[in-house]
Amino acid sequence: MSLPLSHEISRREVVTAAAVGVAAAGLPPAVGGQAAGSSGSLPLSLTVNGEHRRLDLDTRVTLLDALREHLHLTGTKKGCDHGHCGACTVLVNGVRINACLSLAAMHDGDEVTTIEGFGRPDRLHPMQAAFIAHDAFQCGYCTPGQICSAVAVLAEIEAGVPSHATGDLAAPMTLSSGELRERMSGNICRCGAYSNIADAVVDVAGRP
Amino acid sequence: MQPFTYERAASLEAAVAAVAARPGARFIAGGTNLLDLMKFQIETPAHLVDIRHLPLRAIEDLPDGGLRIGALATNTEVAAHPRVKREYGVLARAIVAGATGQLRNKATTAGNLLQRNRCPYFYETSLPCNKRQPGSGCSALGGVTRSLAVVGTSPHCIAQNPGDMAVGLRVLDAAVETIRPDGSQRRIAIGDFHRLPGDRPEIEHPLEPGELVTAVTLPRPPGGTHHYHKVRDRASYAFAIVSVAVVLQKDGTGRVAFGGVAPRPWRVEDAEALLPDGPAAVVKTAFQGATPTVENAFKIPLAERALALALSEGRA
Ligand SMILES: Cc1cc2nc3c(=O)[nH]c(=O)nc-3n(C[C@H](O)[C@H](O)[C@H](O)COP(=O)(O)OP(=O)(O)OC[C@H]3O[C@@H](n4cnc5c(N)ncnc54)[C@H](O)[C@@H]3O)c2cc1C
Ligand code: SF4
Ligand code: FES
Ligand code: FES
Repeated sequence: MSLPLSHEISRREVVTAAAVGVAAAGLPPAVGGQAAGSSGSLPLSLTVNGEHRRLDLDTRVTLLDALREHLHLTGTKKGCDHGHCGACTVLVNGVRINACLSLAAMHDGDEVTTIEGFGRPDRLHPMQAAFIAHDAFQCGYCTPGQICSAVAVLAEIEAGVPSHATGDLAAPMTLSSGELRERMSGNICRCGAYSNIADAVVDVAGRP
Repeated sequence: MQPFTYERAASLEAAVAAVAARPGARFIAGGTNLLDLMKFQIETPAHLVDIRHLPLRAIEDLPDGGLRIGALATNTEVAAHPRVKREYGVLARAIVAGATGQLRNKATTAGNLLQRNRCPYFYETSLPCNKRQPGSGCSALGGVTRSLAVVGTSPHCIAQNPGDMAVGLRVLDAAVETIRPDGSQRRIAIGDFHRLPGDRPEIEHPLEPGELVTAVTLPRPPGGTHHYHKVRDRASYAFAIVSVAVVLQKDGTGRVAFGGVAPRPWRVEDAEALLPDGPAAVVKTAFQGATPTVENAFKIPLAERALALALSEGRA
C-alpha cells in the first residue's frame, strides 16, 4: 500500500505553512479544536465556578479547550486529550468527567467547577490543603485533576456508587485503600506521587 | 476534527428525523467514544445530534419483574442502582470493570453498547482496515494480534468487541429497544445486536440510519451468584484481554459469556450446559472452531482459568 502523492504534498505544505505562522506570531499552532474554517459556531452559556459566562465557539471546541483557551482558566490541564490521563478532570453539575472528551456545546446551561473554583491560595479547599500537607505532588501537572477526582470520589462513595474493588455490592461503601486506588485509577501521575495522594485523600475522608 | 454542525434534539421524533434526513449525521450521547474517534478523523460526521436532553435516562421496574434501563442512563447510574446491585450484580460488576470513574459518569448505556473496537490498526489511519475503509484490507492479519479476537472472526476482520457491560447484559438475556425513523419500534435480543464481521466488517450492528436506541430491558432477575472476572494488562483502567461473566445457580448450572475474545460477547448455550462438568468442558465447546493466531492463542486457556476462578468464587 502506498500513500497518494498529493496527500504527502499537501501535508508538507500544511506543515510549512504552520511553521511560518508560528514563527510570525510566536505562538504554538492552533490545536485541532480551534482551527478556522469551521462550518459552524455556536453561542452558549456556562456557569463556571459560580460565574455566568457567555461564549461563541466553533462546534469543535472541547470543554477543556473552552476552559483553558477561551476562559483562560488554565488550572485544568491537557495531558492526552483522549480520556487516558485524567489531567482534565472537572466537575459538571457536581459530577467528575474528562473535559477533553466533551464538546463545549454539549454543556450549554451546565455548571462547571474547575480547580480554581475549589479554593484560592488564601482560602484553600480542605483537599487542596491536604495535598500540600502530605506533599502529594511533584511537578503538579496532574494535581488539579487529582484533586477534582478525589473530592468527587468521596461523594461517589457517599452515594453508594460501587467500584471494581467493592466486595459486597449491597453493603454500605467504605474507603479502603484498595477502593481508593481503584477509584482514582483514572488519574495518572507521571511523577508517581500516588502514595502521598492516597494519604491526602484518606486524611480528608477521615474527618467528621 | 473535521468541521461539523451541531444541534440539540428537542424530541425523540426530531432526533430520529434529523439523523435520518442527513447523510453523515450522527447521534452523540456521552461522546466518550465518538469524540475520541473524531479527533483521530476515524469518524468524520458532518452533523451531530445531541440526544442527552431527551427523556431516556430513567431506570424503571417492569411489570413482569424485570428492569428497563433508559438509553441515556449513565454507566455510573446503572451500576449504582439499588436493584442492579442487588439483583443484577453481574451487570454492576461488568460496568465497574470498564474504563474509569470519570468516563463511566459520562458514558451512556446505548453509547457503551455501540462503542467501536480497539484494534490498533483501526486507529492507525495510514494503514488499511476493512472497518475504517471497507474493502481496503485487514492490516491485523499477519500483524500484531495479541489483543484481538480468537473466535467468531472472518478473513476480513479479527477485531474483538472491547466492551465489558455488554458481556454482563448477554448473560442476563437483555434486549435493546429502538425507535426507527418511520416511528416504528422494535426489540433486538442482545445476542443479535453485535454482528459477526463476515465479509462486511464495517457493519457492526443491525441499526438502520437514524434508528435510535431508547432502552435496554432486563428480564426478571436470574437469581444465583453473579461474577465478572476481567483479565487485563494492569490492575485497573485497561481493556480486557479476556473477561468472563457468570451467573451460577446452587445446583451447579448457570450461564456464561466471555469478553475480549470475539466480535461480540461470546455466549454459547451448548457450552454453558456443561458447567456441572467444569470449566475445561465449557471452554472446549465455547471455543470450538476458534482460529487464534500464534500471538493470541493463549486467550483460550486463559478463558478457562478465568472461568475456573469465577466458579471457585461462586462455590466458596
Ligand atoms: C480511556 C478509555 C478507556 C476505556 N475503557 C473501557 C473499558 O475498559 N471497558 C469498556 O467497556 N469500555 C471502555 N471504554 C469505552 C467507554 O465505555 C465508551 O466510550 C462509552 O461507553 C461510550 O458511551 P458514550 O455515551 O460516551 O457514547 P458516544 O461516544 O456518545 O457514542 C458512541 C456511539 O454510539 C452512538 N449512539 C450513542 N447513543 C445512541 C443511541 N441512543 N442510539 C443510537 N446510537 C447511539 C453514537 O452515534 C456513536 O456512534 C473506554 C473509553 C476510554 C476513552
Ligand atoms: S482486524 Fe478489523 S479492525 Fe483490525 S485492521 Fe483488520 S479489519 Fe480493521
Ligand atoms: S487530557 Fe483528558 S484525560 Fe487526558
Ligand atoms: S505530580 Fe507530576 S504528574 Fe503527578
